[in-house]
Amino acid sequence: MSNQIERFEDPGLPAHVHRNADSDPLAAKRAERQVAILFMLSALGTVLTIAAYIYVKSDKYVYLPIMGSTNLQQILLGLGLTASTLFIGLGAIQWAKKLMPDQEEIAERHEFRSKEVDRDELVAAFKERGGSAGLGRRSLIKRSLGLSLGLVGLSPLVLLRDTGPLPKKFFTTTDWTAGTRLLLDPAGTPIKASDLEVGAVAQVLPELPAGTERTLENTGKDAVLLIRLRPEDFNLDPQKLSWTYQGIIAFSKICTHMGCAVALYEQQTHHLLCPCHQSTFDVTRGAKVIFGPAARPLPQLAITVDADGYLVAVQPFTVPIGPSFWERNSSNG
Amino acid sequence: MKPTQKAAGAAANYVDERTGAAKWLKKNLTKVFPDHWSFMLGEIALYSFIILLLTGTFLTFWFDPSQREVIYNGSYLPLNGLHMSAAYDSTLRLSFDVRGGLLMRQIHHWSALIFMSAIVAHLFRVFFTGAFRKPREFNWLIGVGLLTFGIVEGFLGYSLPDDLLSGTGIRIAEAILQAIPVVGSYLSFFAFGGAFPGTAFIPRIFIVHVLLLPGLFLALITIHLMLVWYQKHTQYPGPGRTEKNVVGYPLMPVYMAKAGGFFFVVFGVTAFLGAVASINPIWLVGPYTPGQISAGSQPDWYMGWLDGLVRAAPPLETHAFGHTISWNILIPGLILPGILFTGMALYPFIESWFTGDKREHHLLDRPRNAPNRTALGVTSIVFILITIVNGGNDIIATHFHLTINGIMWFTRVGLFVIPPIAFVVTKRVCLSLQRSDRDLVLHGRETGRLVMMPNGEMLEVHEPLSDAKKWTLTQHQRPEALAAPLPASATVGLKGKLRARMNRAHATQIPAPTLTDLKELGEGHH
Repeated sequence: MSNQIERFEDPGLPAHVHRNADSDPLAAKRAERQVAILFMLSALGTVLTIAAYIYVKSDKYVYLPIMGSTNLQQILLGLGLTASTLFIGLGAIQWAKKLMPDQEEIAERHEFRSKEVDRDELVAAFKERGGSAGLGRRSLIKRSLGLSLGLVGLSPLVLLRDTGPLPKKFFTTTDWTAGTRLLLDPAGTPIKASDLEVGAVAQVLPELPAGTERTLENTGKDAVLLIRLRPEDFNLDPQKLSWTYQGIIAFSKICTHMGCAVALYEQQTHHLLCPCHQSTFDVTRGAKVIFGPAARPLPQLAITVDADGYLVAVQPFTVPIGPSFWERNSSNG
Repeated sequence: MKPTQKAAGAAANYVDERTGAAKWLKKNLTKVFPDHWSFMLGEIALYSFIILLLTGTFLTFWFDPSQREVIYNGSYLPLNGLHMSAAYDSTLRLSFDVRGGLLMRQIHHWSALIFMSAIVAHLFRVFFTGAFRKPREFNWLIGVGLLTFGIVEGFLGYSLPDDLLSGTGIRIAEAILQAIPVVGSYLSFFAFGGAFPGTAFIPRIFIVHVLLLPGLFLALITIHLMLVWYQKHTQYPGPGRTEKNVVGYPLMPVYMAKAGGFFFVVFGVTAFLGAVASINPIWLVGPYTPGQISAGSQPDWYMGWLDGLVRAAPPLETHAFGHTISWNILIPGLILPGILFTGMALYPFIESWFTGDKREHHLLDRPRNAPNRTALGVTSIVFILITIVNGGNDIIATHFHLTINGIMWFTRVGLFVIPPIAFVVTKRVCLSLQRSDRDLVLHGRETGRLVMMPNGEMLEVHEPLSDAKKWTLTQHQRPEALAAPLPASATVGLKGKLRARMNRAHATQIPAPTLTDLKELGEGHH
């Protein structure tokens, strides 16, 4: 017996400890009053909600500490709703904790597994009924059914085809062409080089052919950022340098990572930052990626001025703008 | 008999004659539910879902799910005269011109955050206590499904107002679609009914948000609860609690009052948040246009990990044969989340595979008593926390005067280095806690009372634990409690070796003290 290990034993469910309210009628009465008060507070909350809805003007604002200027009706409606729900809950819980029987009960669990005989009978019934339908024998039916079931899912798939048109050339083109004027966004006015001081940034959109309405789809790929630096700040190859005009350089504003608007420009460092995923582009080096997940520089738009002195595009973008896609040929940037 | 009793009796009779509900009700009124604060996490998720249905229905009465362009002319003067979508316009009207509209919007949004938080907290509880083990694997899978759909539902929900921030989120989702090899640009055009943003998207996600996914939730939650009901709830170990029984309070009246009351408490707290805490003030950022953005663009917290992963990705793209593959989007945006969620879904089956444990479990593990599993859980949480930190790197940088680049590099390195450290540390902590339990059982509780012996020796008086406490701290030590030794045939080959290794790692534990240990201690020295 000596090498037999004795374990601690389950002492069983501890004895029930009585609460005050179980034995003392006064305590029980007190608990009853507490519960009733909580329920009454809920009723008051509902009254407050209704009163706030009817009697408080919607445009009345009050100053509250921490919250600042607050719409009086909204906050009263909210506090009324809070009281009307919260106090029902607290009342019910108080009731359960103080007055309802608090003796834990034990219930037995049952086995999930079916009895062996039931399982056997099921298998037998399945085989018999399946056999009578000829599931095993009639292979022609089985195969053709398999084929039709496999194909039946195709129709809904095909029916979804018209959820949208095909992209065609959408991802590889923009509205910028040779000679397109740069229009200030949102003013819509053409811009001269002299309108931009050194260090200034402007968002421009292409002038669309007369009668064409500008849509968000256009903006989503046409948006261009103009930045004016001192010409000596550039560190570009001769071709890209020739695409600038008097220190003004133009980049697609659509991030090459996931298409957000690259809108944060640090004037001192000449860095452009995308607020979505922090891809950082160096403007002086042709928007080369210097940090973050973007893999390609922002495409540069070649610009010059037209006869009237307004800034215009020299040519369309030479590479697709925005995030990548399967058909994008990235061999030349 | 009072007339009300008579009427109630007649009604009950009417129903029972047609449904036979009396028999079922009689049995289930006394159904026992174990009580523990951690069992309320799932309840919070359920109640938040109900609040979401109620407040969401209210919102649909005014919200106009359309991208038709309108000119705003309402009581929020700073945006007057601006072109915007009807969706944004109607959300502004809901916020400023419908009595209680802003309140309902805010309760709805807070409720969504609480819904997701409660699901995640509930997931942690179920994981760390081993509640996912046989026979509850189905409910684990349903839970993973609810979590996944919850993330999608939340994202679609805050995208509906079509404000500058949410439109940016949709733009990112579009970029993920667009990046999928071969079919990406087609998928994008089909999803958006043409070019982004188009006019089809808001109506489409609206119907998914208010009908398709809520319907799915309703179905999954129903099955989830029916299984809980049928299988009976798990319980924490303790005196009187065994694998064969369930100890707790009966449905009628205690559990009904507590659970019903708790619904109202959750509603009250959410209503309070909606009343006093501003959330998603869409009027501040303006309507969506792809050419603009607001600094500090952040998703809701349950999307933050995904955003953090995408931010941390290195700038990798493959350019070949006239095609582009964006690893910087595919890996953090699709592949890694896919692996994480698949791993999570399969975990119960993986654990049962390497432990060889095919028994039913109704008693929960104390997390310290399953050190390997607990360490794995903490490792995953740490991994996700790092990604969430990175998802808010711009906000953290400005608040704590750090650089975004610094946080990003911390993340890139930390994602590989910190989780393994967390694993080792957690496992050691668990084992230490087991040692401390052992100590407690054998030597009793420190009372803080010092006694001076006649010879001048100072002793601290230790008080023996109660029998109930001793049982609670030692009951887990059953033979093969954590992992059964595998048969030799199961440990051959690469897969078998891996299985054997995981089995051994999982079985690590400090032997719980026995009565024999305690007696020997008493006889030996003292």
